[in-house]
Amino acid sequence: MAIATSGVGGHATPQPRGGVVQMARDSWVVARRNLRRMTRIPEIVVFGLMQPVMFVLLFSYVMGGAIKVPGGSYREFLMPGIFAQTVAFAVEGASAGIADDMAKGLVDRFRSLPMARSAVLAGRTLADLVQSAFVLLVLAMVALLVGWRVHQGVPEALGAFLLLLLLGHAFSWIGTLIGLSLRTPEAATSAGLIWLFPLTFLSNAFVPVNTMPGWLQAIAYWNPFSATVQACRNLFGNPGAEGAHVWPMQHPVAASMLWSLLILALFSWLSVRKYRNGVG
Amino acid sequence: MRAAIRAVGLVKTFGDIRALDGVDLDVPEGAVLGLLGPNGAGKTTAVRVLTTLLRPDAGSAEVAGVDVLQHPNRVRSLIGLCGQYAAVDEYLTGRENLRMVGELYQMRARDAKARARELLEWFGLAEAADRLAKTYSGGMRRRLDLAAALVARPPVMFLDEPTAGLDPRHRLALWELIETLAAQGTTLLLTTQYLEEADRLAYDIVVVDHGRVIARGSADELKARIGGERVDVVIHDRALIGAAVAALAPYAAGRADVEQHPRRITVPVSGGARVLADVIRELDRRDILIDDIGLRRPTLDDVFLSLTGHAAEEGDPGKDA
Repeated sequence: MAIATSGVGGHATPQPRGGVVQMARDSWVVARRNLRRMTRIPEIVVFGLMQPVMFVLLFSYVMGGAIKVPGGSYREFLMPGIFAQTVAFAVEGASAGIADDMAKGLVDRFRSLPMARSAVLAGRTLADLVQSAFVLLVLAMVALLVGWRVHQGVPEALGAFLLLLLLGHAFSWIGTLIGLSLRTPEAATSAGLIWLFPLTFLSNAFVPVNTMPGWLQAIAYWNPFSATVQACRNLFGNPGAEGAHVWPMQHPVAASMLWSLLILALFSWLSVRKYRNGVG
Repeated sequence: MRAAIRAVGLVKTFGDIRALDGVDLDVPEGAVLGLLGPNGAGKTTAVRVLTTLLRPDAGSAEVAGVDVLQHPNRVRSLIGLCGQYAAVDEYLTGRENLRMVGELYQMRARDAKARARELLEWFGLAEAADRLAKTYSGGMRRRLDLAAALVARPPVMFLDEPTAGLDPRHRLALWELIETLAAQGTTLLLTTQYLEEADRLAYDIVVVDHGRVIARGSADELKARIGGERVDVVIHDRALIGAAVAALAPYAAGRADVEQHPRRITVPVSGGARVLADVIRELDRRDILIDDIGLRRPTLDDVFLSLTGHAAEEGDPGKDA
């Protein structure tokens, strides 16, 4: 059996078709690969869940008593913040994942294949999105157990989850760029994580912003992350939704979408460009 | 014969390092070219340029008649690449790895599936096909990696140090596979630091060092360049080294090389086995006890040493750009 070839010109592969159809198909092939990996390394999903669950419990029971929010319980105030922080932490997985693929030579293999240039990254972030949706689902159930409630309708609640997923998707492209820019998976993990703490804490996620010093309030109100948290509070009907007189807090749904789409557009463009031009 | 791989004046610099400094390559269809050089010589950079992973700063290249810089995606459907690491997804099974690669070569799902089965069988991985690749041994991963490169029956294959990190048994098995591929008509470009590997697998050898081609030709031509055969003799008694050198003098075609510690004397000769017999008789007549003796043809190691002034194993490991 001739396993190799029938000589130049006699090869069996179709020429790449290009275009959107090929991009969608290639992205799906890559996404399926990454989803399979998740089912085979469930530890990653499990540990990805443990951190937000721990935050829910620590903030609710340890600090909850000390923090007063107007118009409701701290636990209800907190949950949208934890949800948003959880999807934002998808950055870490995205940056470590692509850095690992580069270190193992898989990115070189993909780049040598006649596939859509953006598909490796798009497929990976698509799989991250599925993971985020799963983690959010479990986390919402934990939140319900500790007393969080949705006070508006189901469509509003679904809208809030969609905004959260959009934020997570945008952030996983930030992680992708970080991962492509660093040499080792270890460095990518740290670099993916380190800036998330200030970003998520200098916001309205954990404490009412009006308790902060004035200059910090401005940062917190304009933080892209705060817009999504505020939008979720509005849509879930959780306390703390009464916004300050700054535009993103007055129009949090629009602000959340704008921020996420802006981040998504910028970082997917930068990432695909970096991937295309060769990584090292 | 048509060229399957042609490169003209490839230049690539990384900062101050000229990884490629004007490399020309010409590999006829169906040939096996060995790109030989130490770490950091520019072998991997050359492969990365030819496989569309890296744009050169200057120069041009064609693979299977298609311009690498103008039509990279068309080139990608015509090549198979085995990099230095076995680029397989550890958390997919062998079968899933191959099907994924097939689909990304734009094969229909059904064809990719059939091709995966065929390759798993051919590479002796049928039994392990549905196990995660992380349970595979190093040799099995290498085979899976090679199978992945073959999914699309590419007419041109690039193997970057295919046997790096393999034990001798697996290396031998891989050599046999590569020989089979070559016999089936695939054009192969393989890089190696192992001189015996280039000697065994490649008819044409290009020696690179510091981004430049410093020699090209068949293994025999390269060996002929540094002269013919030599007699290698290890004598039993160190005190008799001087006497032995004197005894060998009439047969030597050049200066004798003496290594004190292993008590080894190497002299260039001409005349082959007949000289060897004469040398043995002469040493025996003078009561110089021989521990080991042989007629040695120059190896590519010798060629390398004489071309570059340093041995192939030298250089800076891990700095192969």
